[in-house]
Amino acid sequence: MRDIDVTLDAAQKLGLLPEEYEKIKQLLGKNPNFTELSIYSVMWSEHCSYKNSIFWLKTLPRKGQKLLTEAGEENAGLIDIGDGLACCFKIESHNHPSAIEPYQGAATGVGGINRDIFTMGARPVAQLNSLRFGLPEHEKTKWLLKGVVKGIGDYGNAFGVPVVGGEVYFEECYSTNPLVNAMSVGIVKIGETISAISEGEGNPVYIVGSHTGKDGIHGATFASEDITESTSEKLPSVQVGDPFQEKLLLEASLEVIKSGTVLGMQDMGAAGIICSTSEMSAKGKHGMEIHLDKVPLRQQQMKPYEILLSESQERMLVVVKKGKEKEVERIFEKWDLNCRIIGKVTKGNALKFYMNGELVADVPADSLVLGGGAPVYKREYKEPSYYAETKKFSINNIPEPKDLKKISVCLAKNLNIASKKWVCEQYDSMVQTINMSTNCISDAAMVNIKGTNKALLLTVDCNGRYVHADPEAGAKIAVAEAARNIVCSGGEPAAITNCLNFGNPYVSEAYWQFVCAVKGMGEACKKFDTPVTGGNVSFYNQTIIDNKTEPIYPTPVIGMVGILDDKKNQMTLDFKKSGDIIFLLGTPREDINSSQYLVSYHNVKLSPPPFFDIDEEYKVQSVVKKLIKNKIIESAHDVSDGGLFITLLESAMPNELGFDIITPAEIRTDAFLFGESQSRIVVSVNPKNEISFIDFMMQSKIPSTLLGHVTKGKIQINDELWTPVKDYKNIYDNALTEYANE
Amino acid sequence: MKFGVVIFPGSNCDQDIIYVLETIMKQEVVKLWHKDTDLQDCQFIVLPGGFSYGDYLRSGAIARFSPIMEKIIEYANNGGYLMGICNGFQILCEAGLLPGALLRNIKQKFICKNIYIKTETKNTILTSEADLKKPLKVPIAHAEGRFYADNATLENLNKNAQILFRYCDEKGNCSESSNPNGSLDNIAGICNKNRNVFGMMPHPERASDEELFNTDGRMLFESLLANLKVKV
Repeated sequence: MRDIDVTLDAAQKLGLLPEEYEKIKQLLGKNPNFTELSIYSVMWSEHCSYKNSIFWLKTLPRKGQKLLTEAGEENAGLIDIGDGLACCFKIESHNHPSAIEPYQGAATGVGGINRDIFTMGARPVAQLNSLRFGLPEHEKTKWLLKGVVKGIGDYGNAFGVPVVGGEVYFEECYSTNPLVNAMSVGIVKIGETISAISEGEGNPVYIVGSHTGKDGIHGATFASEDITESTSEKLPSVQVGDPFQEKLLLEASLEVIKSGTVLGMQDMGAAGIICSTSEMSAKGKHGMEIHLDKVPLRQQQMKPYEILLSESQERMLVVVKKGKEKEVERIFEKWDLNCRIIGKVTKGNALKFYMNGELVADVPADSLVLGGGAPVYKREYKEPSYYAETKKFSINNIPEPKDLKKISVCLAKNLNIASKKWVCEQYDSMVQTINMSTNCISDAAMVNIKGTNKALLLTVDCNGRYVHADPEAGAKIAVAEAARNIVCSGGEPAAITNCLNFGNPYVSEAYWQFVCAVKGMGEACKKFDTPVTGGNVSFYNQTIIDNKTEPIYPTPVIGMVGILDDKKNQMTLDFKKSGDIIFLLGTPREDINSSQYLVSYHNVKLSPPPFFDIDEEYKVQSVVKKLIKNKIIESAHDVSDGGLFITLLESAMPNELGFDIITPAEIRTDAFLFGESQSRIVVSVNPKNEISFIDFMMQSKIPSTLLGHVTKGKIQINDELWTPVKDYKNIYDNALTEYANE
Repeated sequence: MKFGVVIFPGSNCDQDIIYVLETIMKQEVVKLWHKDTDLQDCQFIVLPGGFSYGDYLRSGAIARFSPIMEKIIEYANNGGYLMGICNGFQILCEAGLLPGALLRNIKQKFICKNIYIKTETKNTILTSEADLKKPLKVPIAHAEGRFYADNATLENLNKNAQILFRYCDEKGNCSESSNPNGSLDNIAGICNKNRNVFGMMPHPERASDEELFNTDGRMLFESLLANLKVKV
């Protein structure tokens, strides 16, 4: 076949830098042909190589007693949760595809992250997702929201893994670059996992699952560039998902792993066959000989580079023990899936790809991958000018409004705060009968591990506005909030996965945000003893429209897993009965920094993040843990978006109870009710436990404030009657539904 | 007693019903693979929820042609006990073992949430232990659950007391607002005229485990055991 001329120009068109093109020539000792060039362009893309992030990611705490595999070693993180079981989990972005094709973009995001879990031998048991859209009134928002939610629902519902939690935010900076981050969590017996490795010269290499088509070619490269007005021309870079095939692939994969015939397995995600063959080979220090004409194709006349780079979904590469071919083929036949030998493991490190007997590419496996030949860069970074601006903010310049009731109603129906019922009800949250939160809600989602005393606690958290205001502090808050959610549910934080959504790494201000956020995250993960098990970096999240660059808020989403050792210690967030006494743990402050209240009511866009002190946070969390273990409190709910008022409301609504509270004289009432300063938790106490509670708090030396008591349904603040809880509930529950349906 | 749970490609509630029958109700359960034709002498067969064959064409439309269905139709026509939950109900309607059809939800969306149903008859082995006054909290999770039947069929269903459950509110009132998917007359579950084939959209297996804090659905399985144990 005739090759396209390979020149620097061709290399640059595929997203490679001039110095990278030179490096490829050196590595190969010759000018690459077009197939080889394409291989390097995807494998060295940001998406696959982490070339601009890996230096900083390695500074994160990545070791811990519970970790069964180190970050980046396998397709997903793996932690020991006791009882001979491990939890396998990861979060990943699908932002760019979702920006132009929200339905398929989100659906394949769900498919991809679940494959990362079951390719390791774990059965996915829970999903969470973290979504960001533009402001509700932006012309694209509703289309993106509906498409993304339907995409996640249609894929996950058919696949049969419950969505147990997540977050949805609406901010201007995500208008044309939404964020779609999907997390999957699986369970596997320790010792029954399988690695993404290739071993043993002569062992057959299989491709299993769906046919390979022309979808998603250069998808990884596409994910590694800015979104512009012409981005929709990249539609062929978006993959198309089929959850039915994925479900069959899941069952067949777990069955074949159990049969003991498999040496290594890796799903095909970004960069398709080339990524799986090179990563498995580099890890196993072997080569492969692959015959591309053996790959089952969806369409005729696909070129070798198209077969290599295709991101067709629901496929796996499997290295099988020689002699076990029949057994493997029988299992895939049972599930009506393709299962085809496409090559074999070889000595050395060369990946040789053939098409109808002709060698079309010959590249050293390790030269392609992260930790091998892939480039590593430390980019320039510079503090952006807005950062100094944030510090000029003072609450003293903001007059305290008279009508706080009106503000409370506005906050309850603000789409960042209001119920996400419209979204959640489109997801199957109960399949697998393990979601303990359906009938009993806590700050973190609770997932039953049947047959043990344990449950998993799961949460995804990030307030991008705080991270924008101060990336280091904001990232710390994201980790702290995740840990707080787990602690308030009665559990112990164990480990995190992260999805780092940032702007263009070649823009020094955007890179500054990245570097600072990683520093903050690292410090917080050390403090809470939650090592990073892996995750995903998504750069280039910015939108160029009319030549003006609009970066997103830096959004390092934290997916945290916690363990509840004894299900009897589960803590819920709802008030239980009228007469129970309400306390606020932690220090109240006159702080409205970066609050939803400041942004939506006073229209102040720039201010520092809310007050946060990591040691104070740690102490508050420790106290809550003990209060729960000693059964002194009836409910626990942390103060976050919307401030204390919203926290009280969220505790009151489930049982349609109310609250009667007094606010302290020394703090402005608007700041006390709507400020978002961190490290505060609202608890309710049965009057019979009041004395033990007070004694306990005295000893703990953590400040606690008596707020008032739970009522039968009225809301009263400083002896003034506010709207009854029923009405708030109506507003809070229906705001998003009304928006979506109008 | 011995239960059989049919596994179609794309079934995804199979393990949930197996867990309830085996672990919670302590019964023998065998899995029946869709390519097989041996029903293994089961006394009660369940078609579980999920997306059999990816719901391609129409929910349940392809599953009814699978090898095992031929045997199951024969079994049901000979009086064998058979129940379809969610996708299983859709398959039973497609196979003609139950009257009516399940159309796309009136709001055109997949809905997953807790709803309430009230039992309409105690005259079946599935509902004999029911308290007709007590609404049951049982979740639904479907996009195509709007029960529909023509007038003559509906009349027969009513006349023969074949309607098992209707959607209601937590106080037991059936109204448009307590109808989550637009089903005809709030119908959530039915049986055939011979009262040996049952279908329902709500998932009782999702409301049977104390660890999930809702056991309203367990009554159905308790009824089955109370009725069938004696017979065997």
